[in-house]
Amino acid sequence: MAMGSLPVPPFLARVEELRARLAELEALGTTQAREEAAAVREALEEEVRRVTASLTPWQKCLLARHPERPYTLDYIRGLFTDWVELHGDRRFADDPAIVAGFARLDGESVAVVGHQKGRDTKERLYRNFGQPKPEGYRKALRVMELAAKFGRPIVCFVDTPGAYPGIDAEERGQAEAIAYNLRAMAMLEVPIVVVITGEGGSGGALAIAVGDRVLMMEHAIYSVISPEGCAAILWKDQSAVQQAAAALRLTATDLLRFRVVDEVLPEPLGGAHMAPQLAIRTVGQAICKHLHELARLKPKELTERRYQRFRALGVVAER
Amino acid sequence: MMVWFRRTSREERPPSRVPEGLWVKCEGCREILYRKELERSLFVCPRCGHHHRISARTRLAQLFDNGEWKELFANVYSTDPLEFVDSKPYSERLKALRDKGLKHDAMLIGVGKLGGRRVIVGAMEYAFMGGSMGSAMGEKLTRAIERCLKTRTPLVTVACSGGARMQEGVLSLMQLAKISAGLAKLHQARIPFISVLTDPTTGGVTASFAMLGDINIGEPGALIGFAGPRVIEQTIRQKLPEGFQRAEFLLEHGMLDMVVPRGELKETLIRCLAHLAS
Ligand SMILES: [Zn+2]
Ligand SMILES: [Zn+2]
Repeated sequence: MAMGSLPVPPFLARVEELRARLAELEALGTTQAREEAAAVREALEEEVRRVTASLTPWQKCLLARHPERPYTLDYIRGLFTDWVELHGDRRFADDPAIVAGFARLDGESVAVVGHQKGRDTKERLYRNFGQPKPEGYRKALRVMELAAKFGRPIVCFVDTPGAYPGIDAEERGQAEAIAYNLRAMAMLEVPIVVVITGEGGSGGALAIAVGDRVLMMEHAIYSVISPEGCAAILWKDQSAVQQAAAALRLTATDLLRFRVVDEVLPEPLGGAHMAPQLAIRTVGQAICKHLHELARLKPKELTERRYQRFRALGVVAER
Repeated sequence: MMVWFRRTSREERPPSRVPEGLWVKCEGCREILYRKELERSLFVCPRCGHHHRISARTRLAQLFDNGEWKELFANVYSTDPLEFVDSKPYSERLKALRDKGLKHDAMLIGVGKLGGRRVIVGAMEYAFMGGSMGSAMGEKLTRAIERCLKTRTPLVTVACSGGARMQEGVLSLMQLAKISAGLAKLHQARIPFISVLTDPTTGGVTASFAMLGDINIGEPGALIGFAGPRVIEQTIRQKLPEGFQRAEFLLEHGMLDMVVPRGELKETLIRCLAHLAS
């Protein structure tokens, strides 16, 4: 259970303490330990209920970033069979911050693309904390275009703090890579289902999120800028994250109201990391449902509806 | 889309970006310049070549034949869907800017002739909240793209922006997808789109339409990038190399087709469009 070095958010300190104790007791396996475990389990459930009863937007951000949350490869392992990972953009390099390939869902072949974060320090560095470089976005598109070529639907998992802001990423055209994906995804003539599973970090998330259906986990977030970044710019104060998170309306309920997402997927009590298999199953059922609905549409209908879906987003007034 | 219909009103003239007065100090070389002379050189310093930022209206007047054009989609404007408040409410910021005469949000869109050819040009207004892109601008540019599609008119955009507008949250992010999806249609219809990137073009504007031109043209010295230089410096904890993210750097790295001084921009656009348009 213990995942190493990432700090636990303070509001979850007691929950994590109880979880650790429970894990210890379960490992012991003695009669006495089992009895104590039952009491701890009860206390844990009560504490989880207490903290999750009214989560602030900032607390949701922290849950969305929880180091034990299921990541793309967990969804792939849990939901798909016959996973064949494909590597590289054929231009520059392979980017481990994005995984892409083909797998079977309900026996049907689909393309899967997603951001990938790491579990331990070493893997987090290898995955660049889930922040892709241009070659990541270009790999993602290469695989999505393969899917379109061979008539396979596409499933995208979104979980990134954002596109990587570095010298090399800029040199190789981070902005162009994202922009190009946005335009290209609008033209792909196969169904695309997107699931925002954790952090939907701005353009770096959107670059693989132009779908016919955009689903969002209950405690996931999706925002134009991180609360930290927004606080620094607008409040001129890094610690104003609570206000910024609230002002940005980045929670699943907000985004459903603005029709940015089509469906909110409920998470297990306390968040997806508390019962990952249950969370993964919920996501799988939703993906299946939407893919079945979309399968009825002809390619041109699909792209025209996708266009109208995004065309309708935004709020303006007219004189 | 949630749209409220209100009565139409005619828009007035906003102030230009270079301060009024007889004499202006060049931001590049600090020379004191005669305003009339600077205006004649399209606000490019005759001494050092510094390209001063100009208003959207000045830009359109410089590009269209005889400075004649008609504004499009002037009736669309921003609201405050998030009820966003930082040091002051977003709705008050919007009102203050409109009261100053900036009625066209972050983009002024005009239709007119460029070298005798009918084109639609969208020029960004940096003075409107740093040229930030929100729903109103996204809607106007998307309508412009749809008008181009319907009338087979080439599109030119002149970007000048710090990125997406934070005060509209993820709705402003969605404008990237909306505009890019429109450009997909323009692309499939083989209607030319030329993107001009001026100082600065960063964030969501670069990561959508500004990088999607059939031809991308930068103004000399313009800062162009995805992440802002300060964010990058904080991430990598080192100083950025000289000239990093300038138009010339992007040309060298293959992201721009050319870097063109303002004085040659109109002729360049005319020649490029002649090669692409039917
Ligand atoms: Zn199924
Ligand atoms: Zn000068």
